[in-house]
Amino acid sequence: MTGVSVNATGSNNGQNLDNENRKIAIMPTLGIQEDETAVTFVINKEDHTLGNSLRYMIMKNPDTQFCGYSIPHPSEEKINFRIQTEGKPAKDIFKKGLKDLNAVCEHVLRTFESSINEHKRRNQSAGIENMDQS
Amino acid sequence: MERIKEIRTRVELKEHGLENVHSTDFPGTYDGYDDSWNQEKFEKNFRVEIKRLTNDELEFDMIGIDAAIANAFRRILLSEVPTMAIEKVHIYNNTSIIQDEVLAHRLGLIPIKADPRLFQYKQNTEAEPTEEDTIQFELKVKCTHNPKHSGTDPDDLYRDHKVTTKHMKWIPIGNQANIFKEGDIRPVHDGDNSILIAKLRPGQELDLKLFCVKGIGQDHAKFSPVATASYRLLPEITLLKPITGQLAEKLQKCFAPGVIEIDNIDGEKKARVANPRKDTCSREVLRHDDLKDLVKLTRVRDHFIFTVESTGILPPEVLVSQAIQILMTKCREITRELDETE
Repeated sequence: MTGVSVNATGSNNGQNLDNENRKIAIMPTLGIQEDETAVTFVINKEDHTLGNSLRYMIMKNPDTQFCGYSIPHPSEEKINFRIQTEGKPAKDIFKKGLKDLNAVCEHVLRTFESSINEHKRRNQSAGIENMDQS
Repeated sequence: MERIKEIRTRVELKEHGLENVHSTDFPGTYDGYDDSWNQEKFEKNFRVEIKRLTNDELEFDMIGIDAAIANAFRRILLSEVPTMAIEKVHIYNNTSIIQDEVLAHRLGLIPIKADPRLFQYKQNTEAEPTEEDTIQFELKVKCTHNPKHSGTDPDDLYRDHKVTTKHMKWIPIGNQANIFKEGDIRPVHDGDNSILIAKLRPGQELDLKLFCVKGIGQDHAKFSPVATASYRLLPEITLLKPITGQLAEKLQKCFAPGVIEIDNIDGEKKARVANPRKDTCSREVLRHDDLKDLVKLTRVRDHFIFTVESTGILPPEVLVSQAIQILMTKCREITRELDETE
């Protein structure tokens, strides 16, 4: 049996995070002048699941010049998410990516659930017909 | 133009490797294509087709989405949809030959039928269990001789020599007995298909209390709600020239049964691609010099054949719905935090 660390399991229970447990931070630019069009976001407690799907959505944006992510170390639960834009603030592009990904999920969920209901309804009526025959 | 369309929409299976594996449909990659994100276009093209749905298995096609997002759903199914599993075992007595820690590990892997949506994560592992975050079971078995024994079969000789999930008794905490009906909370396998936990001999006994908590597969595989969750791309076989006679039969043998059918047209055998979905993508056909230039093997880049097999805790369609919702929650949480910092 393993001991559970509460943080490991608490990533999706929608709790307010205090400052130490912030999900997102901006990587300091270390000496280079800050540039809002080229930013590395550090997303805590995320991996390829969000990293790659969000990267896809952001790369679909024509205002994006570059988007990529890395997992700096396999035993640290965080990703470095880099966005460079053609001129708009990277944060806006980041937010649009999240919004687009959320909209995709909403549509996928709607479509999936209606397909499931349709399938169940069809099978139910088919079942009744079979009973009539027997 | 045809070639570009093919590069964009198909993964090619060549004799010595795969081609066009990665998605390239990003703005700026191709002249004459508008690849910027378009929600309307996506909603128009996106389809879900349910192929098979049983109590614990679901096969469906998700068409018109990129691998990055389909893969996110698959990954969430494996490791982020929560379930209840045994996390702590209090061992009051264990005189069986199976060691305490091995026994505890075996118990942890038993699927527990309880709706995880009705429970909360245990915030502090050391805290006392409460009715909101813990399910308690008791496992108390003692093996005895069967006085009317005969023969050499242990099933006749002993009573309770096989400890299975049938012996696990739910002990409601607090108000749980009023909230849940009998049978709402139990091991998934507790009838004729119950899981063997340990074997005893007369005089040996187990006296355990089992505590289940809510968790996710990322923390430990025992919390994973699926036995498997995987997808594959829809195979596609194109016959570049008509294949007839002996060669048609040879072609048929290169694929799994049902993929290629042979029609008899005016006394001549002619090969036809009947059901590419059944293809295993073995690429056997490309090993034959007389056939390899007559067929093209590809897979449809945006056609995902999902197979989800639940462990029996939640129905598979509920698991997929939850996985999609979890990805939405991730997006919203980060958006909210970005807005807060402004």
